[in-house]
This record gives sequence, C-alpha cells and structure tokens, in this order.
Amino acid sequence: MSDQAISSVEAGKAGEVRAAPKGIMLAWYRFKKSLATPDPYLMVFGIFLWLGTYYLLTEGWKVPRFEKIPGPVEVITEFFSRDPIWGTSLFTEDFHTNVYVSCQRILISFGLATGLGVPLGLFMGWSRKFKDYAFPILETLRPIPILAWVPLAIVMFSGFETPIIFLATLASFFVTTLNTLLGVESIDESYFRAAGCLGSKKHHVFWHVVVPGAMPFVFTGLQISIGVAWFSLVAAEMISGDFGLGYMIMDSYMVNKYVSMVMAMISLGFVGWITSAMVRWAGNRMMQWRVKALALEGR
Amino acid sequence: MAAKTTTGSRKKAPAASGGRGAISIRNVTKIYDPEGVNVMAVDNCSMEIQAGEVCMIVGPSGCGKTTLLNVIAGFHSLTHGEIYLDDELLCGPGKPLAKQGADRMVVFQNGALFPWKSLLDNVAYGPMVQGVLSKSDARDKALDMLAEAGLKDVADKFPGEVSSGMARRAEIVRALINDPKVLLLDEPYRAMDALTKSIMHEALLEMYDRTKVTIFFITHDLEEAIFLGDKAVVMTTRPARTKKVVDVNIPRPRDYKLLSSEEFRILVEEAKDAVHEEAIKAFEAGERELA
Repeated sequence: MSDQAISSVEAGKAGEVRAAPKGIMLAWYRFKKSLATPDPYLMVFGIFLWLGTYYLLTEGWKVPRFEKIPGPVEVITEFFSRDPIWGTSLFTEDFHTNVYVSCQRILISFGLATGLGVPLGLFMGWSRKFKDYAFPILETLRPIPILAWVPLAIVMFSGFETPIIFLATLASFFVTTLNTLLGVESIDESYFRAAGCLGSKKHHVFWHVVVPGAMPFVFTGLQISIGVAWFSLVAAEMISGDFGLGYMIMDSYMVNKYVSMVMAMISLGFVGWITSAMVRWAGNRMMQWRVKALALEGR
Repeated sequence: MAAKTTTGSRKKAPAASGGRGAISIRNVTKIYDPEGVNVMAVDNCSMEIQAGEVCMIVGPSGCGKTTLLNVIAGFHSLTHGEIYLDDELLCGPGKPLAKQGADRMVVFQNGALFPWKSLLDNVAYGPMVQGVLSKSDARDKALDMLAEAGLKDVADKFPGEVSSGMARRAEIVRALINDPKVLLLDEPYRAMDALTKSIMHEALLEMYDRTKVTIFFITHDLEEAIFLGDKAVVMTTRPARTKKVVDVNIPRPRDYKLLSSEEFRILVEEAKDAVHEEAIKAFEAGERELA
C-alpha cells in the first residue's frame, strides 16, 4: 500500500529503522529485551528456591522421611560421573538404551495416534453422519483409565513391546481425536459459507477450510497428547516393560538404587519437555498465519 | 489508491437496461423454529432491485435484514414467497433453499477471508475451485485485481497481518474476481471508525463505477445508505417488512463533499424519521438478534 511505501522511504532517510531481525538475531533481541523485565530473574530465583529446598530437606537438614531420598548434589554428581557408584550415569550404555527405547516407543505411539486421531477427528467434524456412527463408541471408551487397559493389552498382544505401544497410543489417540473434532467445530460458520459462495465442492471445503481451520486446536491437542503418551508409556513400562525410562525407575526402585531412580525421573522431565517443544515448533511452522497474527497482537 | 474512473455521471440505475443482477423479492416470509416456538424474522417482504442498482437495506439491529440476505445467498431456506434473479427462480415454492453459487457473492459482517491463506490465495481461490482458471492463471488475475484495488504490496500477507480496511477491500476483490451478478454486503464497515469508513466508501463507489455490479448492502448507518445507494429500503423491526423506499437521485460519481450538501441532508432526514420509529419499537421489544 502506498502509505507503507512512504514510511519506508522516510525510514531510509532517517536511517533509524533497520530491517526486522530474524532467526538467531531475533532471539538475541528478545533475550536482551527480556533482561529489562523481572521475568528472567524471577525464573532463576524460582529454580534456586526449589533446588535449595530440595537440598536442605534431603542433604542439608536430613529431615525425617526425606533422608532416604537422594539429594541434588548426589544425583548430579552421579549423573555426570564417568564411573558411577550405582552403575548408571549419562555415560553408561544402559542409560542410553533406556532413553533410546522410550523415545522410540513414543515416536511410534505418538505417530500412530496422530495418524489415526487427526483424520478421524477431521472426518467426524466434517461429516455429521460419520460423527453419528463413531462418536458414541469413542465417548464410551475414552473415559476408561489407561491403567484399566493394562491386563487386556497384555492378553491381547504378545511380547513386551506391543502392549506398551498399544497403551501409549490409545491414550494419546483419544486426546488427539477429541481436540481435532473440537477444532473443526470451532471453525466459524462464515468460512464455510464463504467457501460455498465461492463455488467450492465438498473436497475443497475439506482441504481448504476444515483442515487448516482445525489446525490450531489440533496442535493444542497434540501438545497434550504427547504428554499423555509419555504418561501412559511410563505406566506401561513400569508394569510390563523391558528397557525404557519407566522400567529404569521401577527396576532401580526394586533394587534400592534410588539415585538411578531419580535420574530416570529427571531424564523423563527433560525428554518430555523436548518432545513438547518439538510439537510446538512444528505447529508454529505449519501455522505461520497464526503466528504472525498473534505476534502483531503482541503475543 | 487507484485513480478515480471518470465514467460520466450517471443518474439512477437505468432500469434493467439489458444489465444483469436484477433481484425480485416477492412476498417472502421466513419463520425460524429453533425451539418449537415460531419466530417470524421476515414477514411478507417484497422489493424489486434493478440490474446494476445499489440497494441499501436499512433497519434496526436484529430486524431480519441479514436473514433476507442469507435467504438470497442460499444459507437459509425461506418459508413462503419467492425470489428471482434475472427472472430465474432462486428459491420459492418447492425449492425453499437457493443453491449457493458464485453469481451471488457475500461479504460478511465480520469478514470471512480465510485467515490461513494469503490475500492473494484468498482472491485466487474462487476461480481456482470453480475450475474457471488454472491455479497460476487465477493467481495472475488475482494479483492484477489486488493491484487495481491498491493492495499489490500486501498481496502475500495473511489477513491477520493487514488492517481491517485492507482486509475488507481484499474480501470485496475476492468476490469480484468471480464476476458475480450481485454483491451481497452485510454491514461490512460496521466496526470501522468514521475516517476509515469514508475511505472504504469511496473505494466501494470507485469499484462500483467500474463494474456496475448489483449491490445489496445491509447497514444501519443512514448516512452510509444515502451516500452509497441508488435507493434505501427502510425495514420495519422484526418481522422485517419494507416500510419505506427512499430514492436517492444523486448523480455519480459521488465523493465525500456530498456529505455536507443540502440534498443529502434532506434525504437522510427523510429516512431517519422512518428508521427512528422502528428503532424505538425494536428497543422496546428487546429481542435478541437473530443470526
């Protein structure tokens, strides 16, 4: 628009307005800006408050009921030790195997749940008839807690691997499906009307309105779903696993290796956080229209 | 903004001079029945809109104006009566719901550009899905039309990145690229400030002078109605009927100076009396607006 052209000419003269920073420079700019707010300091303070409390309870004052729990110093020393006392650290083979196996299971389960759940949710939202068929069953199965499926999963599937993957998939599948369905239902009616006016056929409406319109909800769903997948994966690994971080927790507990147990817990926190961030990143990549609009609103 | 076209001044729309987009609304009644209680939104409403005419529909909020538009567009069915477009039955007995189509393009109250498509892709969408143009041809044409509307530089932006005025203008371009017979606008400038509004008005008039498309424009802003329209149809409060038709015999092209002229004032006053009465009734009835 012409007024934009004018403002950029003026900016050129004044030499003040630079090109908008991108990539790492943008991150750096945001970081510098955030230092002027209390946020980062409060965050650092918060982390130390938690760690400090943890330290005092376990290693400092050795408060009753806490004295058996490994403290932060012990855990961190063990974690980064090349020669761990309890046999497991960041540098030992079995730790790598456990992390790798859990991540692989999550990849498969989350992939399956997304691959099945998103299309199912989209179709249910798009076609009234399809929803009438599928929704009642889904709504009956969904409230069954994932732990209630454990015996059935063990009976139904052979070996260690398939029951675990089944359980993790199932939990995250329900979340994904329901959120996708809500996503389609949240699309403003006027987009469907506009598409109708513009001469769309049914498949155009599906690909150009239903799919992109549901995306924000789909990705919200996927964020929750990957969390649920980890939750049910660990539960399944604790019960019937062979390798994996859940198994590591249970196994260490059984043989009183509490340090290893806490290490597995912390690892779960980190890996879960990373996978969530990956989902968020993918969502932002796919929904540039939303990211840009929200950015202009200052979010 | 594009230069004003100087297609000589034109009095009222030449009555159906072989043009297209004449709408004939005959005794249309629409009854909603959402909860087993009949709600009459439109009652025995008739009006004739000539081809190439700008017809402004004025009435208090929630009076059933939008319902009428929705019936014409094919979003809602009608209960009684019939509507013709160029002597062809759109909807009527035996065919309560008009088929949605690109001959009647709607510009929505809150804007309905697809937020996930760039302005360019939004505009190119219609011809592409109708199979009228290939994707690349549609994009070329869309870019030309956006440029004509002064939106070339923002063609690649998403609707969420541009001002509401630009988005609205792009939405009108998205409608016009399909070469519709009728443009149905549902209070498109409702949420805009007066300054933006006046710019939008001039852009719309400029576009109209170029295309001479029939315009069915819903508003509750009387000045807007008189400024833009060939006639302003004042509707009663719900159920909507035509209460008064104010003919606006002001030559085109028009510009904002008209707003302070005497003849403009007189016409606004004339319409105001009719609308005011209905607004009071509507307020006292205090009914919730219908979709």
